[in-house]
Amino acid sequence: MAEATKRPPEPASSPAAERAGVSDGALGPRRASSQATPKAAALQLLRFDVAERVVHWANAILFAILMATAGVLYLPPLSAAVGRRQLVVTIHVYAGLILPVPLVLGIVGRRWGRRLRSDLRRLNRWIPEDRVWVRRRGWRPERVTGLKQGKFNAGQKLNAAFTGGAMLLMLATGSIMHWYKPWPLSWRTGATFVHDWVAIALFFTITGHILFAFSDRESLDSMWSGNISRAWAKKRAPKWLDEELAKSRAAASRDAPST
Amino acid sequence: MVGTHGRVDAEAIGTPIGRRVVLGMLGLGVAGILGGARVQDALNTVLSPLEAADPTGLSQLIPAAGGFRIYSVTGSLPSSSPADYRLTVGGMVDRPLTLTLADLKSMAPTTLVKDFQCVTGWRVPMVHWTGVKLSTVLDEAGVQPGGAALRFESFDGTYTESLTIDQGRRPDVLVAYEMLGAPVTRQHGGPVRMYVAPMYGYKSCKWLSKISVVSKVEAGYWERFGYDIDGWVGRSNGRSDKATT
Repeated sequence: MAEATKRPPEPASSPAAERAGVSDGALGPRRASSQATPKAAALQLLRFDVAERVVHWANAILFAILMATAGVLYLPPLSAAVGRRQLVVTIHVYAGLILPVPLVLGIVGRRWGRRLRSDLRRLNRWIPEDRVWVRRRGWRPERVTGLKQGKFNAGQKLNAAFTGGAMLLMLATGSIMHWYKPWPLSWRTGATFVHDWVAIALFFTITGHILFAFSDRESLDSMWSGNISRAWAKKRAPKWLDEELAKSRAAASRDAPST
Repeated sequence: MVGTHGRVDAEAIGTPIGRRVVLGMLGLGVAGILGGARVQDALNTVLSPLEAADPTGLSQLIPAAGGFRIYSVTGSLPSSSPADYRLTVGGMVDRPLTLTLADLKSMAPTTLVKDFQCVTGWRVPMVHWTGVKLSTVLDEAGVQPGGAALRFESFDGTYTESLTIDQGRRPDVLVAYEMLGAPVTRQHGGPVRMYVAPMYGYKSCKWLSKISVVSKVEAGYWERFGYDIDGWVGRSNGRSDKATT
């Protein structure tokens, strides 16, 4: 765990350094080069903690299973090639029911969910820079050079909100389709309609998400290691970098008298 | 920028757009559940002719744009050549039969042009079917007294279906060897499949290999997973589709 290895326990009243997430612990391959001084180590920022990364990759695996089985159920040539309809349905239904579990577990954990909750708050809230990002169509990074963005850009915020809403819709409509007995026929048809179109939209947003991830390898790597360089933050999330630096300075000044 | 205690201020400022997006989607979702059936009908009306004229098959990617979907409950699609094909008729009959495709074609043919309705919602209008009335085959074999039901088996080795004798003797129940104006393809259950016109598609056993006369109805494959045994279109499975008869 990143935070546990970071520094000697602080007084209970000042977990600021922990929140600051300035990582000088033994984390990730990049740390080897910056081991010399604690200052150099702080060139790495903790972007995602272990709980967030576990939730992310659990979601990724479940989404992959859902999309693969959906393709088999939905596309005639794949249906014909794979067959085994009952088995495929069962896998799809169970994967769908499990999908919200990692996220919910990640959020409710009082300690381990702290960072995930904090990032969800950031994803929810839009600052004026986010509107600029949308106006400039900032999915090409060069269009928003110098824009004082927070930890997440507007595209990431929209993607997170859409994916969250889609998970709720897919769970509700999928349940109506699977446990169809109590519902009127027009609701069943309507639920199928919503399930189909949201699935198509998810296919495109997830494909886009993956393409964006591969266009920024450092960002993708940080979803494995948890850490990202200050240089990256300065370019892509300058406002977040400022916050992190301010927090680590505040933590350092509180620590100073006791050392 | 930093609160002295509690949450970092930076997280709490700004408009909660994310929440609005999620709530807006949920509202649209409810509207879609309540009104999607009507939108889907309109889409089908617009898309069906397009789909029928689409040689690429790409329109199949549009949800429920019409056309057949291919459902198989086993691994790969089963296959049997027209020359090797055999249909056996057994159970409580006077004369057990083993029929080749040529035998079936030598019996009086019947052609029907009727809709095919799947219990999952899709419907293909005005499909041409040609085959032998099931009642003709049953008369050929001679149903013994006490034979009250029929059991159909597929040469996929897994799928089974059922009808009562009375249902099976209806004039719109065929042992079909032509569909859509050509021999029944492997995908659609060829060389020979059932077509039970008044019932949902799952009652029309594909890749038909055996018909047995039995004393009482045995639930078929999907019926063991909850579908109605008497699968009348519009009067079963909680659906109200227009009848296909």
